[in-house]
Amino acid sequence: MAFTNDQLERYSRHILLQEVGVKGQKKLQDAKVLIIGAGGLGSPCSLYLAAAGVGTIGIADADEVDLSNLQRQIVHTTPDLGKAKVLSAKETMQAVNPDVRVNPYRTFVAANNILDLIADYDFVIDATDNFPAKFLINDACVLAAKPFSHAGIIRFQGQLMTYVPGQDAPCYRCVFQDPPPPDAVPTCRQAGIIGAMAGVIGSLQALEAVKYITGAGQLLTGHLLTYDALKMAFRKIKIPRRKTCAVCGEHPSILRPFDYEQACCDLKPPEGRP
Amino acid sequence: MANPVISGAVDITDVVCPVTFVKVKVALEELEDGQVLSVRLNDGEPVQNIPRSLKEEGQRILKLTDNGDQTYTLLVRKAGD
Repeated sequence: MAFTNDQLERYSRHILLQEVGVKGQKKLQDAKVLIIGAGGLGSPCSLYLAAAGVGTIGIADADEVDLSNLQRQIVHTTPDLGKAKVLSAKETMQAVNPDVRVNPYRTFVAANNILDLIADYDFVIDATDNFPAKFLINDACVLAAKPFSHAGIIRFQGQLMTYVPGQDAPCYRCVFQDPPPPDAVPTCRQAGIIGAMAGVIGSLQALEAVKYITGAGQLLTGHLLTYDALKMAFRKIKIPRRKTCAVCGEHPSILRPFDYEQACCDLKPPEGRP
Repeated sequence: MANPVISGAVDITDVVCPVTFVKVKVALEELEDGQVLSVRLNDGEPVQNIPRSLKEEGQRILKLTDNGDQTYTLLVRKAGD
């Protein structure tokens, strides 16, 4: 339980912070965070959480590293091309900090595995790039009472919010209700994304996880933070919980996670759901 | 004033900033609120900064003694969170 001298030195800049201290660093060491997506958002998030000394980090992604990823997915490097993203990310995280245990899950996260995946973790990071996954993660975390950080990025814009169960604050579905209709919103493959946007927003997700674990400050619950890099403007918008929300409302109709019929650009509600 | 009961001790003369203060924080962590820690520290930067940093965190400095060998002994009482 006691830190070695090397660990004290490694984490000294954390321990010096009154809001973290020795206690907070121990909490980080004992914490388990699951990052869903080892791409643009998952890259900075996984690096900062590993560097911070989060004891156990799960990372889920089914893809391999592609040349077009490297413009923003900084956990992967050119020699990693073709490698499973979760293995590439694990290697980089453990190179940054060998103290960290990394559990790689090379899988698409879906309704049939998400509850098992999140069960062992204290905090979940939605670092995915499509609406079906975002709604799936939201629903599963609400149903399993897991706190999580939502984020989304496109072009020069990003957004972020945090959900913590048991608070009078909205979930992602309270805010957005349902995925947008097919092709209403382009994917980042079609639309483009400025690389550092992933760095900004993924780092904010890591910060929310660290704050949740250590208890420092106030989380981004009850608010949506938006960032417009072209205007260099952040906006923090207060958003109430929606009593009629299909998953966290007073009479929920979603009682277990479900998959939207995939293809992020071809969304249909599943059968049996209004 | 009677000398306080000392419940723990840490020597930070073999490390440099910021590990000095980190080691003091770790040592304080192991004490109960109200107990007293004795810190052996070097003259110069440590003796200038450690007492001030402790005060900023709300700890109570009881005594700073010059040991005459370019080290000091600092007694600090642990405050509650």
